[in-house]
Amino acid sequence: MSETATNSADEKALVAAARAKATAFDIFWQFLIIGATSFGGVVPYLREGLVTKNHWVDDKEFVELLSISQSLPGLNATNMAILLGDRLKGWMGALAGIAGICLPGGLLLLCVGMFYRIHGDHALITYALKGVAAAAAGLLLATVIQLGKKSLSHRFDLAFVLVTVLAVNRLHLGVPKTLVVVGLVATFFHYPRKSEKESVKQ
Amino acid sequence: MNQIPILLRVFAYLSLLTVGGGMAAFPEMEHLTVQVHNWMTSSQLVHMYSLGQLAPGPNMMMIVSIGDWAVWGVSGSMALGILGGLVVIIAFFGPTALLALVVGRGWNKLEKWPWRASIQQGLAPVSVGLLLAGTLSMARTAVTGWTTGGIALAVLLTMLWRKVNPALLVAGGAIAGLIAFMPK
Repeated sequence: MSETATNSADEKALVAAARAKATAFDIFWQFLIIGATSFGGVVPYLREGLVTKNHWVDDKEFVELLSISQSLPGLNATNMAILLGDRLKGWMGALAGIAGICLPGGLLLLCVGMFYRIHGDHALITYALKGVAAAAAGLLLATVIQLGKKSLSHRFDLAFVLVTVLAVNRLHLGVPKTLVVVGLVATFFHYPRKSEKESVKQ
Repeated sequence: MNQIPILLRVFAYLSLLTVGGGMAAFPEMEHLTVQVHNWMTSSQLVHMYSLGQLAPGPNMMMIVSIGDWAVWGVSGSMALGILGGLVVIIAFFGPTALLALVVGRGWNKLEKWPWRASIQQGLAPVSVGLLLAGTLSMARTAVTGWTTGGIALAVLLTMLWRKVNPALLVAGGAIAGLIAFMPK
């Protein structure tokens, strides 16, 4: 027991020291590396760069920041860059983080888009793109299923999922209206109950 | 150049719809970029989105091309197009970045608020639904027959049963497409 206590105290000291040393440029540089190497999803690369390599946060704070990122609008990757950059160096750090993580992919896709606009109707490119788009559709569906398994807590939640899909794709209610109406109903459905101690603790 | 304020407005609006992930904004993005403003066609949008899955970094960086094409198409200048791409990035990430900054700073207070868990639990099925709606609109363009359906299904099953880097599967899709659609 005492050993783990020392370990966590050591880790806290390590994180505090690493944070004190970090400059806005360090943050930009680290997020630039993540932005340039994170093929197939950013979260594991974020953890590797921020927790394991730089000790800017420990695992507990990383998970906490990730859960804030996921409950806000915006992409996980950019929200994490903002939250972490801000904790390290205020709004300058946040700006450095988001600029770093967006720059490599943005430049790459700008070039890809230009090339596609000029050569996109070449037969071989069309064949490959049909395959790429189909694969991306399968990938997306897998992500939705995995997210649903992880984040839905009640049988009724499936009904809210279904109503949302129908409202957007069939009734064409539009995303904002659907978000507000179904979101409000679902929030009141999960109103804070005194008996649910576990969910309050989390 | 008159595209710039429209791009700003469209992407700042789309920014706030990305609850649960970028794909939640897809149905609205398709409507605005394809039907309303004619910046690209449905299949071009789906192709750009899918190519984005092969690139590192945040998921929706392909939006840079929408801004690029919108200005490039109207002005005929590739250089001005880059400006359109930059405007889109700022409009799409600015509003949510500001919100993350504010909420991140006040999180300790929010954490003790009992309704916070309710909002999180309530938004979970809505965001899954929005992502699913986005996925289905995208799949309507991407999956057009047995071959594309087979590729999509193969990727889905692989993802659910094995831990594979998704970018590899998308690259595999390109090869499968080349083999399947190339005239024999």
